Formats: sequence, C-alpha cells, structure tokens
Amino acid sequence: MIEVISEDRCTGCNICVNVCPTNVFDTVQGGIPVIARQDDCQTCFMCEVYCPDDALYVAPQATQVTGVTVAELERQDLFGSYRKSIGWVRGGRPRPTPEIMSRLDHH
Amino acid sequence: MIAIGRPVHEALQLPDFGDLTTGFRPYQERQTMVIPSTAANIAAPSASLELDADVLVIGGGPAGTWAAISAAGKGAKVVLVDKGFCGSSGATAPSGTGVWYVPPDPVRRAKAMNSRWDLGGRLADPAWMRRTLDRTYENVNHLAEWGYPFSDDGNGRSIRTSLDGPDYMRLMRKRTKSAGVKILDHSPALELLRDETGAVAGATGVRRQKGDTWLVRAGAVVIATGGCAFLSKALGCNVLTGDGLLLAAELGAELSGMEFSSAYAMALEGGSVTKTRFYEWATFTFEDGSPIPGAASKGGRSVIAKALATQRVFAQLDKADAETEQAMRYAQPNFFVPLDRVGIDPFKQRFPVTLLLEGTVRGTGGLRIVDNGCATTVPGLYAAGDAATRELICGAFTGGGSHNAAWAMSSGFWAGGSAGDYGQQYRGRNRRYVRAGGVGIADGSGRAIDAAALTRSVQDEVHPYDRNYQRNGEKLEDSLGRLDGLWSGIRTAQAASLGEAQRTREGVAMLATSRWMYRSALSRTESRGMHKREDFPKKDDAQLHYTTTGGLDEVWIGRERAPSPELEVLAA
Repeated sequence: MIEVISEDRCTGCNICVNVCPTNVFDTVQGGIPVIARQDDCQTCFMCEVYCPDDALYVAPQATQVTGVTVAELERQDLFGSYRKSIGWVRGGRPRPTPEIMSRLDHH
Repeated sequence: MIAIGRPVHEALQLPDFGDLTTGFRPYQERQTMVIPSTAANIAAPSASLELDADVLVIGGGPAGTWAAISAAGKGAKVVLVDKGFCGSSGATAPSGTGVWYVPPDPVRRAKAMNSRWDLGGRLADPAWMRRTLDRTYENVNHLAEWGYPFSDDGNGRSIRTSLDGPDYMRLMRKRTKSAGVKILDHSPALELLRDETGAVAGATGVRRQKGDTWLVRAGAVVIATGGCAFLSKALGCNVLTGDGLLLAAELGAELSGMEFSSAYAMALEGGSVTKTRFYEWATFTFEDGSPIPGAASKGGRSVIAKALATQRVFAQLDKADAETEQAMRYAQPNFFVPLDRVGIDPFKQRFPVTLLLEGTVRGTGGLRIVDNGCATTVPGLYAAGDAATRELICGAFTGGGSHNAAWAMSSGFWAGGSAGDYGQQYRGRNRRYVRAGGVGIADGSGRAIDAAALTRSVQDEVHPYDRNYQRNGEKLEDSLGRLDGLWSGIRTAQAASLGEAQRTREGVAMLATSRWMYRSALSRTESRGMHKREDFPKKDDAQLHYTTTGGLDEVWIGRERAPSPELEVLAA
C-alpha cells in the first residue's frame, strides 16, 4: 500500500489526490498532500504512475505496512520505477523482436 | 457504530418542486403500476450540484467512457459520474488487458467463437459473439485513429490484440471530455431517481472530496459500475462493489448468471497484482518444496485453492527460459514490479502465492440485457461492461481478459447509443422525480448500518475457497441463512450520514450481490463453467438455461432459455 510521500520530491501539485480511485490522500493548505486513509489503499499503483515528480512509493504488500523509509527508497533507486516499467517515460519501452515476443503465443 | 451527523436525506432535502420540472404540468399517476414509496423518498429531491442531461453514465471505466462517447455521438447531452477518478478507476486502468480483436476473416472468426464455446459450457450466444467481434474490431481501430500507441510487430503491422490500461484509460478520459461529456470524479452514485411511470429519471450521490451532494436528472441512465469483487484488493477492484447492481435492482431490474461469480486470480502472497497468465509457466510446490500433484494455473487452480485452505503454496516460473522472460517482462511489466520490489527472482526462486476473489469482475454474471441496445428490464435503464451479464459471449466461463475488454467497449458503445436516442425524447417534458434508493439511505427506524462490520460479515461468506470456489448445497444454504439474516437486520436502518453514505451503500450492495450469487448457485444443481458444485460434480444438459434473479427483501430465481444453435450455425 501507499507508504511514502517524499517531502524533497513532492511539489504539492495534488495530482495524486485527484487520481487515487479510493480517495486515500487529503490536500493540505499551503503544503504537500498527506496519506489520510492508508487502509483504503488498494495497492493499484496509479498514484505512483501519475506522479510527475516520482515522489510516491507504493509497497507491493497490500495487507501490511512495511515501514520503508525515503532514504532506503532513494538508495535502491525505487522512486519512479513503476512508471518507468510501464513505459511512461520519454522514448517508451523497447519492444523485443517478434521472434522473442512469439514465445508467449500458443503456450 | 451509530453514524453521527446529518442523515444524507436531510442534507439532500430542499423541497423546491419548481426547480425540478421544466414547464409545470399536472401529471397523472398510472393506475396499473404500483410503486412503493416511503416518506423518505417521496419528497422532491435536490442537491448542492444539480444538472440536467439526456444521458447519465454511472462509472468511468472502459464501458462507461465508451457509452458516454457513443451517447454524445447521438447528439445527447451526457454527464458521467465516477466514484473514483475516470481514467484510473476500475480493473482495467492499473492493468493491461488482451482484447478479443479478430479481423473479419470468416475462418479466424469461427475459430475465435468455437474456442470459447465449450469452455463457456455452451451458454454463450453465437449471435452476440459475432456482433461483439464486429463491434470490437471497429472500436479498436478507432483507438488507433485516436492515437493509441499500438506496437508494431516488426513487419509494419500494428498489434491490436492488447491494451495497456494506463494508456488506454488516459486516452478514453481525454476522448470523453473532448466529446463534450461532463465528468464528475469522486462522485459515487447512491441511488437512482424514477419518474411517475417507474422509468429511470437520473440519480443522486455525494461529492466526497467536497462533502456535498449531486443530482442529475436524465432521460436515460447507463449502469457501467463494473462487477463485484468484495473488496478483495485484487488489482484495481476495490471500487467494484456491485453498486450499480443494487441501484438497478431497486428499480426492479433483473440479473442473470450470478452463479458464475467464483473467479479467483493469482497474486504474490499479501500482494494485489492479479496477473494470472504467466503462472502457466510455473511449477507449484508446498512449503517443503515438494510438488503439488495436479496443481496448475489452467485446469488445476482448484487444487491450489484446496491446498491454500490449509497451507502456503509456492510458485516458480521455472518453465520459462531467458527469451520468454524477456517477452514476459515486456508484455506485463506490472507482474514483475512487486516481485522486484521484494527482491524475488520468480524464475530462479520459489515465492508464496495466493488467490484473490474477483467475483463477478472475472465471472460472467450481471444485469440482464433484453435487447441489442443493452436495455435492462427497466425503461430508460441500460447496462454495460462487467455490470452486465457476459454470459452472452462467454457463457459460464470467465470473461476475464480479452472477452471482458471486448464486451466493455462493445456493450458500452451499444448502451450509450441507445440511451442517447432514448434519453433525448424527455427533453422539455415534465416529469416528477422520486428517489428510488432503499436500504442505508432511506429513513428507517433501526440503527444506522456499521458498514465495516457488514462488509466483514459478507466477506466471511464469499471469500473462503471452500464456500465460493468449491460450492455445495449445504454450505450455500448455511451462508444464505446468515446473509438473509444480515439483510433482515439492516433493512430498516436509519439513513447513513453524508460521510458514511458511500461505505454504507457499498456494504449493502455487496450483501445484495452475495445473496443473488448464492441463491443462483444453489439453484444450479450441476457443475458448469466456473460454477463448481461438490455435490453435483457433473454437467447436466437439462440445465442449459440462464439463471435469472433479483429482488431485495425476497430474492427470486427464474430461468430463461439459452440459445441452442446448431454447430454449423456457430461455425458460419
């Protein structure tokens, strides 16, 4: 579930407040948004994908809080990794050759 | 828990009849129609934000956005409401999906239809399969014209058999807006409105980020709220709580195929990313490393469910080589992100898995459709996507993946088009608007509903593998006893507060859905498609029918004849 909003990265655009399908975040007057209803997070990663500043981190564990910290995430270079993996990045994602992609057919 | 704050009806009440009608004209109540009215729902409804439209679309996933665009294309004024955010909400947006996209070559089309025919327990309707294939082909080609970034196959042909959820739904939101549709995000619908004839006339709900209410008067309404996965946290599914089924049923709409609601999908234990396909390359083992006999993602998932009831189950994608891994990582990147984040190499290491309930999202049951325009049995009310029955193209087997995607864009297109035509006839006509909502938002004498407790009680009956995946008459009766008891306990509850209204109605919708599911499951005394009865393990071809259901205080069961076409018709 959503665990971290990096204060250093977040610019307070509040896009996450808007795009979260389950309304987990609240805006804060003059500040960055807060995770107000963590239990409602469905671990769909959409906030991370839509964040223009790679300031959010959703842990893959949907049923428990891991307590991961900003420092650990920075060290492991995990901010923005979901967005990059789906190709929401300049240049998109390189597609393997048709021969390789055909490995998934008719299995 | 007793809800505090003002009941939602009190918050909504501003009885100003003049605002609600255009050109006042006395109406005559039809003598032949009996419509139950309570003191709470007879008052003229109003809200903080009031809009008039020809068509109201409830739900902003693929089906809802296609419906809105299609209705707007008919010249209709359209409002779309989503309880989350149109573009990120629902099962499609955070995922990737195959699409049942088959070029109009008779041989390929026949093959596509035949491949699902037996899987679906021969309950699909070839005429609907054919028209869905036609419509899907057209619509996917529209996506290409609209700029969807389809990949190239390396030989200059674009690959149109799959869609990335985030890209697809971002594009659909953009197209919906540019079609002139007004979108209300974070605006769950709580109840429908009807007129003096019993026809649907709009809906009301809350704007949860503004803490106020909305009301849309509309000539037609499209229910595109998705299926019901009972808050299992399957990917993107926690907004799918059967809301639209409840709304429609309160106006008397019928459902079909609700016994086909036992879909479970595989995910990393404790995770949410329910991508089941790559488990076809997996070996499944017990905790001690010994293989689980008969376990497989396809054709052996019930073995896994049985094992999971008592112990952990592990998977490893050991049947995939390095090149297959490369293809997999490209095709479904979100399968790997959770594993990468917890430091598991799924090709070299065993990892624990779970099965999460996807209910009617990947099942096929939903609102019964009575014509080619996706009309329900209620005048002016249409259904599309996973909120509608998908038996028409999938029969008794899962609609998951490409078929549901094809159905969403096709049924959305049809429902929106017919709602657009139908809804415009009410322009300038005088109607009386009456609330149609019931349990949880109508004034009652009992305590307010504790939504969290209600939800847990429903989940206790529908989540367990040994109740829902593997069904038997005794356990179904046992669950129904408690579920019916829950309904009796809440049916006279007082109205929820504005802040609790959405959760309350979600709980009520899940309870209603569970009762239609299990009552239907009890009536089908055979195993067909995904519906598996331990006490009736075989198919019984005397039961080649559609099970219809509906009702709230009393759940009824009916039967509709399924088409039984000759095989040559299917092959044509």
